Amino acid sequence: MASNVTTPGAVEPKFWMGGIEPMKASYGKLMMWFFLISDTFTFSALLVAYGYQRFSFPAYSGEVADFVNSNLYWPIPEKVYAAVPFLHGVYLPLVFVGIMTFILIASSVTMVLAVEAGHRKDRATVEKYMLWTILGGFTFLGCQAWEWAHFIHGTDNGTLMTIMENGKMVEKTIFGANLTVNEYGPAAFADFFFFITGFHGTHVFSGVILNILIFFRVATGLYDKRGSYEMVEKVGLYWHFVDLVWVFVFTFFYLV
Amino acid sequence: MSAIVGAESIHEHAESHEHHHVSQNFWQKYIFSEDHKVIAKQYLITGIIWAVIGISMSVIFRIQLGMPDSNLSWLKPVLGQWISDSGKLDPNFYLALVTMHGTIMVFFVLTAGLSGTFSNFLIPLQIGARDMASGFMNMLSYWFFFLASIIMFGSIFLQTGPAAGGWVIYPPLSALPEAHPGSGMGMTLWLTSMAFFIVSQLLGGINYITTVINLRTRGMSFDRLPLTIWAFLITAVLGLISFPVLLSSVLLLIMDRHFGTSFYLSDIYINGEALPNVGGSPILFQHLFWFLGHPEVYIVLLPGLGITSEVIATNARKPIFGYRAMIASMLGIAFLAFIVWAHHMFVTGMNPFLGSVFMFLTLIIAVPSAVKGFNYITTLWRGNIVFTPGMLFSIGLVSLFVSGGLTGIILGNSALDIQLHDTYFVVAHFHLVMGAASAFGLFAGVYHWFPKMFGRMMNPTLGQLHFWLSFIGIYMVFIPMHYVGIAGFPRRYYQFTSYDFTHKFMDMNMFISIAAIFSFLAQFIFLWNFFYSIFKGKKAPKNPWRSNTLEWTTPVNVGHGNWEGEIPAVYRWSYDYSKPGAKEDFIPQNVPYSQTLESNLPHENELIATEKEIEAQNFNDQFKTAH
Ligand code: HEM
Ligand SMILES: [Cu+2]
Repeated sequence: MASNVTTPGAVEPKFWMGGIEPMKASYGKLMMWFFLISDTFTFSALLVAYGYQRFSFPAYSGEVADFVNSNLYWPIPEKVYAAVPFLHGVYLPLVFVGIMTFILIASSVTMVLAVEAGHRKDRATVEKYMLWTILGGFTFLGCQAWEWAHFIHGTDNGTLMTIMENGKMVEKTIFGANLTVNEYGPAAFADFFFFITGFHGTHVFSGVILNILIFFRVATGLYDKRGSYEMVEKVGLYWHFVDLVWVFVFTFFYLV
Repeated sequence: MSAIVGAESIHEHAESHEHHHVSQNFWQKYIFSEDHKVIAKQYLITGIIWAVIGISMSVIFRIQLGMPDSNLSWLKPVLGQWISDSGKLDPNFYLALVTMHGTIMVFFVLTAGLSGTFSNFLIPLQIGARDMASGFMNMLSYWFFFLASIIMFGSIFLQTGPAAGGWVIYPPLSALPEAHPGSGMGMTLWLTSMAFFIVSQLLGGINYITTVINLRTRGMSFDRLPLTIWAFLITAVLGLISFPVLLSSVLLLIMDRHFGTSFYLSDIYINGEALPNVGGSPILFQHLFWFLGHPEVYIVLLPGLGITSEVIATNARKPIFGYRAMIASMLGIAFLAFIVWAHHMFVTGMNPFLGSVFMFLTLIIAVPSAVKGFNYITTLWRGNIVFTPGMLFSIGLVSLFVSGGLTGIILGNSALDIQLHDTYFVVAHFHLVMGAASAFGLFAGVYHWFPKMFGRMMNPTLGQLHFWLSFIGIYMVFIPMHYVGIAGFPRRYYQFTSYDFTHKFMDMNMFISIAAIFSFLAQFIFLWNFFYSIFKGKKAPKNPWRSNTLEWTTPVNVGHGNWEGEIPAVYRWSYDYSKPGAKEDFIPQNVPYSQTLESNLPHENELIATEKEIEAQNFNDQFKTAH
């Protein structure tokens, strides 16, 4: 057989002919993409489960203005998520979660800028925007902590509900929410809220940790030495994904 | 000039690599190895151990079903408290055995053991890569599987027994510790183990896909990939998409079990007392589970089908019939696999209209499945068949796949399924089409690639004996089982002695059990042959089956990095067997058309012009160094 040894670079590469990375995507980046595809299905399953459950409950049928909480029908989201820190008792539907969403999306923008600076191997700019992204992530998590705390704590008046306790139906005023009972609606409402936003929050949290790790590696000049800022790009993909998932979670829980 | 320089520098690399080898200690080389071949063998050995455990369990419950009056005291040393003083198997433990058997065989043997072994072993070798894209992740994948195995194995020894709600772990049975002894700690460990198992599958799958896309050697375009690789690739994609859904459903179940949520629970009374859970839906779990569960059955089967394509073409000395149709049918099966899950739920009170939609989609699967069946048979047609053990098992797989698939079409009719659901008819269906067929795929793969794995040959006579006994045994078990199912025997029942209608079938049940024990014993031939040949088998030649794929161009004992010197380039598909005019009855993939002028077809002569181009396609890291 002829010797196969040849000089590289003599010909135009053919992307699907083997011997080359198609579309110039490194294996690490491909792996991140495939991980994200699979994670998409994790979240899809949860959101589909949410939808399945939600529509097995009757919806509230009266006028929106007359809405009161009850565990007999699914609540109207804007009636539930209407609080903002320091503005106790003011009815501001979906304002706070809107701010949270904006912060997270803004952190995606700073991430784009960091990645772009990485392409130019501009270390100082990468550092700057990574820091903004990390800050955005922490702020989002902080907001979510407040949102959870408020959800758990509940309103001043609570809701009078008939629930099953120790095997008997009892009538009782419920304040706030836990995993078995909540003042806003059926148990599943809070269960899904806690689980899905919690699962997403865990993703955000691990994203922030990854970002910090990569920030340090940028700051210590590792990627300059390596000659490539691809790692920034990879965590960037993850970060955008987490954002995108939030958009869906937001739509499902707060808008629909 | 440059060519010579290149060759020299590669030689140097290969040498410096040798040194590197010596410095690897035992732990790096055999335990925490990142070499895909070692990891493949780890998967294989672990899978074999699991298979022995899983099949032994089935023998125990088959004895219970076939000979309900027998005295099982002799099992006391192994099963201890689960055998009563009068020699009876504990009914709760019977359910645990069935559950563990299903879980072990489906996930640990036929998913991890089968695609873990052969995807790992064959992907780099057949596409011409030095190793997997990430050796480290590959190693992690095995060790997560190992951890899952330890936890699952540990659960068998619990005082309350392992999980017992069936391998499909439907809530509320699995969600309420009060529901069954096995639903306590046993189920907790089951869920933990499966969570780690899913992580392992994802790590492995992401690696397989990436490797196939990025690390093919030059010339190995997608339409020259052996069908094995196509099968592994599609399997990995199926796993990538379906296992996360199982993960989600398992996480929700864990919440219901430990944190008082009501995802799957509603209106349940225990000893007359109502539980607080309202509003959950156990049917939701079934939807989520079967969205994994149905693709999972193809995750189990597709690698076997891929192996069969390769082994049948090689040993029929004929090109595979319908190469592209084979790929298309696998893609079709994979796509359909995601939209038929509700055929497992026809009798859950589903809207009959929805049922007929799922029935329609389900029956469409018969089309690509039939394409595969016909292509195998046409490949065999008038071939110069060499009956190696691998070949026998591959032909056996085709037979089992066809006979099991036929009963699938019966079950796929939602009206017929009302009678047949949850009977032994279903059990017979899926054991033929999934269990036995995939196990045959596993055997075919082991017999065929053993020489490449261990540098030695297995004993062919023992292999043939193993095949015939298994083949006969398996049909003796499962053909009668269809009748038992049609007669109305429900699955997962401890015994059938107290119903009138079952009396007439006791002898048939006994026959099945005896056949099962017979098939079980036949496997010891394999075990002996396998372990004996690792150490004492005949030394293997380089290409014992005169096969075309790249793995046979590596040295007999493949080292780290697979090829000494450069990775060969690929110029043709892998099925040039018995080509008219050729000197030999096979032309390996790395032989350029310019060297086979006597057998080239007109359009292949045109491809000679592209050879230079292919050879220059060395843009991967793995071509710059010998590692
Ligand atoms: C023509 C193709 C096939 C059709 C139409 C089909 C149809 C069905 C149906 C309708 C059921 C549900 C029966 C019931 O529970 O009442 C079923 C069960 C099953 N099938 Fe198939 N099947 C086909 C091929 C396969 C293949 C290729 C595999 C595996 C590789 C497979 C594995 C299984 C398994 C494991 C179960 C039972 C799961 C359980 O309940 O534990 N089937 N099949
Ligand atoms: Cu199915």
